[in-house]
Amino acid sequence: MSNKEKLPETTAMLADILKSYPPKVARKRSKSMVVNDPETIPEIQANVRTIPGIITQRGCCYAGCKGVVLGPTRDIVNITHGPIGCGFYSWLTRRNQTRPDADGENYMPYCFSTDMQDDNIVFGGEKKLKLAIQEAYDLFHPKAIAVFSTCPVGLIGDDVHAAAKEMKEKFGDCNVFAFSCEGYKGVSQSAGHHIANNQIFKHVIGRNSKKVKGKFKINMLGEYNIGGDAFELERILEKCGITLVSTFSGNSTITKFEQAHMADLNTVMCHRSINYVADMLEKKYGIPWIKVNFIGAEASAKSLRKIAQYFDDEELKNKVEEVIAEEMAEVTAVAAAVKPRTEGKLAMMFVGGSRAHHYQELFSEIGMKTIAAGYEFAHRDDYEGRRVIPNIQVDADSRNIEELHIEADAKEYLARKTPEELAKLEKEGFTFHDYEGMMAEMAKGTLVIDDISHHEMEKLIEAYKPAVFCAGIKEKYCVQKMGVPLKQLHSYDYSGPYAGFQGAINFYKEIDRMAGSKVWSLIRPPWQNSPELFAEMADA
Amino acid sequence: MIKSACDEDCRATVRLKIPDASDVAALTNPCKLCAPLGACVAFKGVEGCIPLIHGSQGCATYIRRYLISHFREPVDIASSCFVESATVFGGANLFNTGLDNLISQYRPKMVGICTNCLSETIGEDLRRMLQDYRIEHKKEVLPALVAASTPSYTGTHADGFHIAVRSMLAELSLPGLEKVKGRVNLLPGFVSPGDLDHLKEVITAFGLDPMVLPDYSETLDGGFQEEYSKLPEGGTPVERIKRAPEAEATIQFGRALAREEGERLGGGVWLERSCGVNCYRLGMPIGLRESDEFFHTLSMLSGKPVPARYKSERSRLLDSYVDGHKYLFGKRAVVYGDEDMVIGLASFLAEIGVNPVLCASGGISTHFADSVHAVTRNLGNTFDEPVTAINDVDFDRIFARAEKLKPDLIIGSSKGYKLARDLDIPLIRCGFPIHDRIGAQRILHLGYRGTTALFDIITNALMQVKQDRSPLGYKYI
Repeated sequence: MSNKEKLPETTAMLADILKSYPPKVARKRSKSMVVNDPETIPEIQANVRTIPGIITQRGCCYAGCKGVVLGPTRDIVNITHGPIGCGFYSWLTRRNQTRPDADGENYMPYCFSTDMQDDNIVFGGEKKLKLAIQEAYDLFHPKAIAVFSTCPVGLIGDDVHAAAKEMKEKFGDCNVFAFSCEGYKGVSQSAGHHIANNQIFKHVIGRNSKKVKGKFKINMLGEYNIGGDAFELERILEKCGITLVSTFSGNSTITKFEQAHMADLNTVMCHRSINYVADMLEKKYGIPWIKVNFIGAEASAKSLRKIAQYFDDEELKNKVEEVIAEEMAEVTAVAAAVKPRTEGKLAMMFVGGSRAHHYQELFSEIGMKTIAAGYEFAHRDDYEGRRVIPNIQVDADSRNIEELHIEADAKEYLARKTPEELAKLEKEGFTFHDYEGMMAEMAKGTLVIDDISHHEMEKLIEAYKPAVFCAGIKEKYCVQKMGVPLKQLHSYDYSGPYAGFQGAINFYKEIDRMAGSKVWSLIRPPWQNSPELFAEMADA
Repeated sequence: MIKSACDEDCRATVRLKIPDASDVAALTNPCKLCAPLGACVAFKGVEGCIPLIHGSQGCATYIRRYLISHFREPVDIASSCFVESATVFGGANLFNTGLDNLISQYRPKMVGICTNCLSETIGEDLRRMLQDYRIEHKKEVLPALVAASTPSYTGTHADGFHIAVRSMLAELSLPGLEKVKGRVNLLPGFVSPGDLDHLKEVITAFGLDPMVLPDYSETLDGGFQEEYSKLPEGGTPVERIKRAPEAEATIQFGRALAREEGERLGGGVWLERSCGVNCYRLGMPIGLRESDEFFHTLSMLSGKPVPARYKSERSRLLDSYVDGHKYLFGKRAVVYGDEDMVIGLASFLAEIGVNPVLCASGGISTHFADSVHAVTRNLGNTFDEPVTAINDVDFDRIFARAEKLKPDLIIGSSKGYKLARDLDIPLIRCGFPIHDRIGAQRILHLGYRGTTALFDIITNALMQVKQDRSPLGYKYI
C-alpha cells in the first residue's frame, strides 16, 4: 500500500488496538503508544515492566549482559553460572562475527556452563563455579574469564564476585570478573547492558596505557559486528586514516578494551546499550563522546564528517570527502536502480534500542516510508532525545541497577580539547552527547510504540499491510503468515553487513528482493478465484 | 557486494584437550537444553493450548527463539514476567495477572503452565496458585489449566517434555471411564511434526482411533492461511486427553524412559498404574526391527493384519537395504542427541552394517547404555569394534572421542557441524535443534517409510563423499 489517503487514521488506529485489552492493561499500554509529532515530541512510556501474559519480544538481564555486550569479544572465556538453558540459548545465537589474530585465540564458538543441578541449588554453587573457572584456565590460559549469574544464583546467594576475585588472585595472569546479571533484574535486557558497562569499566578499561599509534584515534561504542558490520566500518575508517582503538564490542579483544582510554574521541552507535561507558570514559579520562550512525550511506557520510570536524584537521577533512565521494558512486547507482520498485512503499520496524531508529535512514534512501516504529528495550531518551533524561522517573526496577560514581583520574585524565577549541566547534554548530532520539526524525502522524506486543503487531499489519516488517526471529514466521515479508534486524537473516557504504548497497538489494517477492501472489489457488470455471471443468 | 567473512571461518578454533572424565565441573558446549523448553513443545501439541512459563520473561523469549528457528513457525509462549520484587514476595499476583491477560487475549482451550529455575528455587506452589485461581474465577468458564514442574536444574529438555505429558494425563484424565473399543493412546516422545503425521496415518490404517499426546503435527508445521489465527489449528483436543483412560492400550516410545517406581515414569506407565490402561513400551520405530515391533503391536491391538500398503513399504525398505549395502558396510558413525532418538538410530545403523561406534547424549537416563547395546548387539554382528554408549556428556567430550575414532559420518543436530567440518565428513541432521537447514519440521524418520527416507539420505551422503574424493570422478558408482 503506498497511497497515503487510504491509510487508517493513526489516533483511531491506536484506539482500535487498545479495545481488546482489559481496561487496566489498556490504560497502561496507551501510554506506550503515541502518534508522533517531530515538532513537539510527545512523551512516551518506555522501560517499564512488561505486563505478564502479554507476549513480549523482550529478553532478560542476562541476555543483555552476556549475549549482547560481552558475547562478541573473542578472547574472554565466558562462563554461565546456572542451569543449562541460559548458556545454551546464548550460544552464538546473535551471530556476531570476529576475526581472530594469528594466535587463533577465539572462545566465541564455545558455550561454558556450570550446569547447576539440584544439589548446587540446595548447597550452593560457588565451589562448582571455582572448579569451572579453574578448568577454563587450565584448558586455555586465557587473558580473561568472565562469569555471568543466572536467576537461581542470585536467589541462593552465591558470591560470584568473591569467587572471581579469589581465582584472579590465585592465577595472577588472568583477569577474572563476574556479573550479577540475573534474569529477573530490571525490566528487559537493558538492565544487563548497564551491568555489563559497569563491570567492564571497573575491571577492564584503563588497565593498559600503552601508547596507541595514530593521529586520529577513536573508539566505536555500541557496534556488535552482526553480519560483519564492524568489518565494513573498520575498512572505511582505515581508508580515511582514522585509528580505531577499540570497539565495544564487535570484533574486539580484551586488550583493546583495556586501551580504550587511549582514544581521543568516543563515537556511540547504539546509544541504549553503551552510553554508560561513554559517560564514564568522559568523566574519568576526559574523552568526549558524540553520537554517530553508520546505518545508511548518507548517515555514514554525515558521521565521518562529524569525526573529521571534531579533529579539525584539513587533511582529514579532505580525505573523508574523497572517501565519501568514492564510496557514494556505487551506492547512488544501486539506490537509483532499486528506487523505482521501492519508492513509496511502507516499512515498520520494532527492534532493539537503536536499530528501529537507524534503519529508517536506509529505507528512506530508497524512498520507503517508516509508518510505525518502536524499540524493544529502550528508554525514553532513545525516543525523545537526551534532553528528557532529567525528567525520567527512576522506578524500583532501575534503581536496583548500580550507578557507578566516577571521578576524574588523577594521572590519566586529559581534556582532549582546549576551551578555545571547544568554543570554535560550538560556533560551527558541533554538539557533544547529542542524541536526539528516534521521534525527532520520524514524520508527523507516524506511530511510535514501545515494547510492542503480538496483538498490537497483528493489528498494525492488518491495517497497513507494510511492504516490509523489520523485527527478529520471534516475530518472523508470524508476520510472514500474515502475508508480509519480515527482515530480521537482530541477526540480519544470516546476511549482511548492512553498515557503512557497502552495507547500504547490500540492504537496498535485500529490501528490493523482499518487497518485490512474488510468493504472496500465489496464495489464492485458481479454483478460489473462479470457482464457476472449475466447477464447469469438473462437470465436463 | 562485500562478502562477509564466513561465520565459521571467523571462529577459528582452539584445540581442546578436554579430559574424558565425567567429574569435570563445567560443561563445554552442552548436548542438552533445559526442561521448560521440552514442556513447551509438549504443550504445543494440544489443541488451542498456549504455554505459560512461570518465572522470568527471558526464558520464554529464549525458548521461543530456539523453537522458532527450528520449526520456522510462530511459537507463542507467555510468561508471568517476574521482576526482582517477585523473587522476594512470590509471583502469585503476576501469575494471576498473566493468566487473566492470556485468557482474555487468546481465548485458549488450555494453558500449559511450567515452572523454571527461578520460580522453583523460591518454592512457588503452582498447584495451590491454580486452585486459588479457579476458586476466584469459579463463575467463569475457564480453559483447562495444567501445571508441570520443570526446574531447569533437573534433567534435560527431554525430561521436561515427558514431565509435561505425564502432568497433562495426570491432571486431565477422568476417572471411572469405560473402555472403548479401538481407542489407543500414543505417546511418541519428541519427534518431528512429519513423524507425527505418519504415525497417525499408520494407526488409523489399522482401524484404530489414536489419541496422540502431544500432537503438534499441525501446530508446529502450519500451512499458509489467508486469515492469520493467533492460535494455530490442530493439536490433540483437551477432551480426548481427558478420555485417555478409555483406551484399550497405550503405546509409549522410548527405551530410555524410566521403568521402575521412584524414577520419573513416562505418561504411559502412569496411565497403566492409575487407570489400568495397558502400556506397550517400544523403542523409537527407526529401522526395520523397531518398526516391526510397532506394526506388530498395532496388528495385535487391532486384530487386523498389517495393511498391504505398509507391507509393501517394509519390503521396499528391505530392498533398499539390499541395494545400498555395498556403500554402507563397514562404515562407522557417531550419533548424538536425545537418548531415545539415539537408541533408535543405533538400532537402525546396526541393521544396515554401519557401526555406531559412539552413541552419545546429554541426557541422564540410567537405561541409555544398556538399551544401545541391546539394540546393536543382537544381530550376530560382525563389527570388530565395540559400540560405545555414553550419556551425561557435553559436545567437547563427544568431539574429543569422535576425533580419535575418525568416523565416516555423524548423525545428530546442527550442533555437530563444527565436528563435521573439522573432520571433513558428512553430518546427517536429525533431532533437535536444526537451525542450519530448512525443513526440520518435515523430517520423517519413523516407520518403514521414514527409515527409507533416512536410509537414502545417509547412503547418498556417503556416495557423494566417495565420488567427490575419487580422482577419477565416476558418474556411475
